[in-house]
Amino acid sequence: MLTPPKYWREIPQRYRLEAAKCAQCGKVFFPPRLICDACKGEEFETVVLPREGKIVSFTEVHTPASNFSDEAPFAVGIIDLGNELTILAQIVDCDPGEVKIGAPMRLEFRKLQKDGESGVLCYGYKAVPAR
Amino acid sequence: MEGIVGYGAYVPRNRIKVEEIAKVWGADAPSYKRGLMLEEKSVPSPDQDVITMSVEAARRAVLRAGINPKDIGAIYVGSESHPYAVKPSGTVVAEAIGATPDIHCADFEFACKAGSEGMFVAFGLVRAGLIKYGLGIGADTSQGAPGDALEYSASAGAAAYIFGKDDVIATVDASYSYMTDTPDFWRREYQFYPRHGGRFTGEPAYFKHVLGAARGILEQTGLTPKDFKYVTFHQPNGKFPLRAGAMLGFEKAKIEQGWLVPKLGNTYSGASPLGLSAILDVAKPGDRILMVSYGSGAGSDAFVFTATKRLADVQNMTFKTWDMLNNHKRYLEYGEYAKFRGKINKIQD
Repeated sequence: MLTPPKYWREIPQRYRLEAAKCAQCGKVFFPPRLICDACKGEEFETVVLPREGKIVSFTEVHTPASNFSDEAPFAVGIIDLGNELTILAQIVDCDPGEVKIGAPMRLEFRKLQKDGESGVLCYGYKAVPAR
Repeated sequence: MEGIVGYGAYVPRNRIKVEEIAKVWGADAPSYKRGLMLEEKSVPSPDQDVITMSVEAARRAVLRAGINPKDIGAIYVGSESHPYAVKPSGTVVAEAIGATPDIHCADFEFACKAGSEGMFVAFGLVRAGLIKYGLGIGADTSQGAPGDALEYSASAGAAAYIFGKDDVIATVDASYSYMTDTPDFWRREYQFYPRHGGRFTGEPAYFKHVLGAARGILEQTGLTPKDFKYVTFHQPNGKFPLRAGAMLGFEKAKIEQGWLVPKLGNTYSGASPLGLSAILDVAKPGDRILMVSYGSGAGSDAFVFTATKRLADVQNMTFKTWDMLNNHKRYLEYGEYAKFRGKINKIQD
C-alpha cells in the first residue's frame, strides 16, 4: 500500500509523467534519478513523457496482491513511448485476452489503489487501448 | 469579450443496455425504453471516479485552449459523487494538469446543476477580471439504487470548460439563473443512494426551473428560439428535454445534437455540459447556442453562447462526444456492472 507521504512524493511522476533528462548527455529517466548512469551527470531538466505508445510486452496476472484481487485477471505491460522510452503500466478497460504486442495504447488518469474503505485514494496512470 | 477558450469531454468505455438491467428486476424493458427514451448508459470502470474523468476532460480542454495550465486561476469541480467527503477533487485535477500552486479550487454540489455552477463561477471571475482563465467541470459517477427507475439512467461522464477573454471559441453572451426550494430529489449524509419524489420531479421541479431559466434568459437578451441554432437542456431521461424544448418553441432538430441521454444515460452534473460539448463539436462560426442545466433542490443555470471562427480550429484536436458515444464501446452484463459499481457486499478488510 502506498502511504500518503510516499504517494505525495510521487505525484509529479504518477499524475504528470514528469521525467528527468540529463543535461549533459540527454538520457531520460523515469522515475527521475540523482545521477545519470550513462555519463554520471548530476544536472537534469524536467521533461514530460508522451501519453501514447505501443505494447512491447505484457503478462497476465491471475494471482495479484490482495489490493488488486477484485481486478484479476488483468494485464501489466511495457509500453514503448518512442525515443527509446518505455514505461510499465497496468492495462485496463479490456480483457487480458484482447491485449496484443504492438497494439496502440494511451495512458489515462486512473485510481491506482484505495486504502480500505476509509484510507487515502491513490491516482496515477494506467494504459488503455487507444481508439 | 469573455467566453469559452477550450472544452473537453470524457465518457467511459463501458455500457449496459436497458434490457440487461430490466432482465434482472423482472421489468418490462420496452416500456422503460419507450417511457424514458433510454437505450443504454455509460458505466465507470472500478478505477474511474469523478476525479479521473475530470482530469481527462480537463486535459482535453487545455489541449483545445492551447494555454499554459499555470495561467488557470481557478478550478471548480461540480458533482454529486465526489470521491471524498472531506478532501477536494479540484486540487487533484489542478495537480494533474499542472496548474498548481497559484490557483483557487473548490468543489461544488447542487444535485445535477453542480457542473454549470462551476462554469458560472469560473466565467464570473474571468469577467470580473480577477483571473486570466477559469476552469469549470461537471462530472458524475451517478448513483441509482438497484431496481429503482434511476438505475436505468444513472451513468458517468465529465465535461470541462476553460473561460477566458482572448481567443475564445464561443462567446458567453448572457447568463441567468432561476432557483427555488423544491424537495424533488435528495441524498442525505451517509446515504449511498438518492431518493426522489417520482412524478413530483416533473412539473414543479424540472419543468418549472428549466422553463423559468430559459424564459428568463430569452427575456433578458430579447432573443427568441428562432435566433438559436442549437439548444441543450439537462437530460435526466429522453423525454424531459424534448418536452421542455417543445414547450419553449424549439424545433427537435435544434435539440438533437446535444440530446445524448438515449445513448449515454443521465450523467447528473455532466449532463448539460456534455450536451454542450457535442454541440461545440459541430457548431459553425456565428451559431448561437442555449444551454439550460437543472439541479434538484432546485434550480437552473442558463447560458447563451455564440461560436467564433476559432472553434473550427480546435474541434478535431481531440475526441468528439458523439464519437465516444458511438464507438469503442464495451458492453457489460449485470453481474459485472454490479461489481464495477460496488453494488455487491463483500467482507471488508
